[in-house]
Amino acid sequence: MYKLLLCFRYLRTRYIALASIVSVMLGVATMIVVNSVMAGFTSEMRDRIHGFLADIVVESRSMDGLPDADAQMAIVREAAGDLIAAMTPTVEVPGMIHYTDPATGETFTLPVQLVGIDPGGKAEVGPLKDYLASFQPEMKDGVVLRESERSADQPVTFELTQKAAAYRRMVKQKQLQYLNGNQSDRILNRLKPSNSNGNVAAQTTPPPDFDEPVPFPEFDPMPTPETAVAVAAETPSAAETVPAGDSRSSDLPDFDAPMKRQVADVDPTTPASARVFIGEQITSYRWTDPETGVTHTENMVIPGDDVIITTVRSSTPPEPSHFTATVVDTFRSGMSEYDSSLVLMNLEELQNSRGMIVDGVDAITTIQIRLHNYDDAEEVVKRLQAAFPPGEVSVKTWEAKQGLLLSAVEVETAILNVLLFMIIAVAGFGILAIFFMIVVEKTRDIGILKSLGASSGGIMSIFLSYGVGLGVVGSAAGVAIGILFIRFINEIEDVLSWITGRKVFDPDIYYFNEIPTKMSTLMVIWVAIGAIGIAVLASVLPARRASRLHPVRSLRYE
Amino acid sequence: MTTPLISAQAIEKSYTKGEHKVPVLRGAGLTAQRGEFISVVGQSGSGKSTLLHVMGLLDEPDIGEVLLEGRRIDNLNQSARDQLRNHVFGFIFQFYHLLPELTLLENVMMPLMIRHSFFSYFSKRREVRDQAMSMLQQVGLEHRVKHRPSELSGGEMQRGAIARALIGEPEILLADEPTGNLDTATGGEIMDTLKRLNEVNQLTIVMVTHDEAIARQAHRIVRLAEGRIATISDQKAA
Repeated sequence: MYKLLLCFRYLRTRYIALASIVSVMLGVATMIVVNSVMAGFTSEMRDRIHGFLADIVVESRSMDGLPDADAQMAIVREAAGDLIAAMTPTVEVPGMIHYTDPATGETFTLPVQLVGIDPGGKAEVGPLKDYLASFQPEMKDGVVLRESERSADQPVTFELTQKAAAYRRMVKQKQLQYLNGNQSDRILNRLKPSNSNGNVAAQTTPPPDFDEPVPFPEFDPMPTPETAVAVAAETPSAAETVPAGDSRSSDLPDFDAPMKRQVADVDPTTPASARVFIGEQITSYRWTDPETGVTHTENMVIPGDDVIITTVRSSTPPEPSHFTATVVDTFRSGMSEYDSSLVLMNLEELQNSRGMIVDGVDAITTIQIRLHNYDDAEEVVKRLQAAFPPGEVSVKTWEAKQGLLLSAVEVETAILNVLLFMIIAVAGFGILAIFFMIVVEKTRDIGILKSLGASSGGIMSIFLSYGVGLGVVGSAAGVAIGILFIRFINEIEDVLSWITGRKVFDPDIYYFNEIPTKMSTLMVIWVAIGAIGIAVLASVLPARRASRLHPVRSLRYE
Repeated sequence: MTTPLISAQAIEKSYTKGEHKVPVLRGAGLTAQRGEFISVVGQSGSGKSTLLHVMGLLDEPDIGEVLLEGRRIDNLNQSARDQLRNHVFGFIFQFYHLLPELTLLENVMMPLMIRHSFFSYFSKRREVRDQAMSMLQQVGLEHRVKHRPSELSGGEMQRGAIARALIGEPEILLADEPTGNLDTATGGEIMDTLKRLNEVNQLTIVMVTHDEAIARQAHRIVRLAEGRIATISDQKAA
């Protein structure tokens, strides 16, 4: 009884012990906050990695792919159909994208990963809609500026939005007008047919002048493959929306007659048959206004523009194949790796341009699978590995595909935890030092207690329970502060930003509007137990010392 | 002759200071019958406090033995010695040695808190409290129970210490210079209290002092010099 009484009394009256409590508290709070934020970032990152990868990916080992998508999917369905919620065939090949910045006329050529998808199917295996810009409301500084261009219940398609279509029309007309106004004979000659076409397009909008009758029957709104080729041939110049950029087109050799005729057939405002969703970072750059410190994102290509895609045909040796594609949408998955390298494209068009359709049978390189329950992943992987002929495909879960990244994050978290635990260990040494001080200070009292018949064990337990008390109080305060900190982390961030005058957490960099946090009860409990444990460990030595004090020696000299 | 209540026989004890062995007791002995009031006098360093500590099991003799009612107690194990200190001996010190964090009442209750385990204390806490209150009443401190030792005068602290020493109903009270830090008047009050306890309660008291006037109030004076008994003078007989 006296042990508890003294322990509580010491806790209340020794203000030096507050220092230990504060150090334990800070250590615990820091660990909780850092762990929660790390866990928040990690889970957010996992979601994003997962988002584009689908649960399980069956990949052909050769870039030529596996013939007959339906047959391959039938194998999958047969092997593990009961566990599979949805699947979609895709073609994944490396490629290049080539586009022009309209503001500077600079051209960019970047390596990308081309993914041919069936938009409906892809949207079923992963949250594609959440990433596409046209499904998101336009935001500025956290306020909705404009509702999204497509409502959430619309299916994902490779059709232009009204806005993109209008933009495209406008740009193409401007181009034609400019070219019309150009006095160079050669260019005039070349573009005479498109002159009429330009007027056709202009008819839909208020027509400025309309002097030639338009050959309506020739106008084909749905471009056939041949016309698409024509567009592809035409667009290198057409895509250059900046007048100065046209120098290249004037260097081109004369167009031959059939080409001219085909160009005449096609309305240039009609999008190319190859349509792409491009990763946002491929065609945008960020710059910071030095005066305001605000970071802007500049899009060089917006939906409705054309880009040139180069890829390889599935032949031996692989030959390059290039075509013009119309950007339908941009996407932002939040994973920089994806946003700066993925170009999603309509599957058939990619198969076509790679020559993957032979006698009406299409080849695919990949099947993306979504499971009913991700816990079955290992089972499904096993079954699929057995179902396909050996060596033909590799079957991986998304975690295995991004294993390196995920394990790197795990190692990072573990190291961080070790380092942070050192903070608490430091607090432990603080307790040790303070306890030795208290024991020295209490030497006389220990002697008194012994003279009154207190046992060594009793003396020891006073100081041990004192240590537990410090640990418990410190941990409780630390847990409370940690939880409050996490709860109000964004407000705290605002205050810090306001004090320091610069954004501590820039949502543009991390793609998060708020700092993601994820607090697990288990983690909090472990941290608290760890802190209490360290406090107890640190009090063992002083407590032993106290218990071994000789009663007389501690009483004798005043 | 009846078995003496406590008897220390041929005690030798030395301390090591650095490399030197400093002998403190060289065969001193002391025997007290039940109800006796003995003072031990001697110069500083004569070993009188050490003798008291050895008798009260606060210290162990190098040679010699301590007998309680004829049974040897100095070689008992630690917990038995702790028990004896709690039950049989009561200590009073020159510097009172009250615990500064506790109130006077809590200080007085301390021996009983140590005696009882947590649960038995909990069931007896009212009893213990009443006991402590009546003890404080006996020493005239019932109005200061909630005070901290730092708020008490020297005499009050020493009376509090006496109350603490007596609450466990010890058989032997060991007092180490109980008046050493007090003025003559207050010291006299303390001595009156001790004498009353000796007469009324038949409490055996062994008191160490260097003050001849104080020492003479006991039944018997034992003089120590250089760790040995110099003379024993019987006050009653004289």
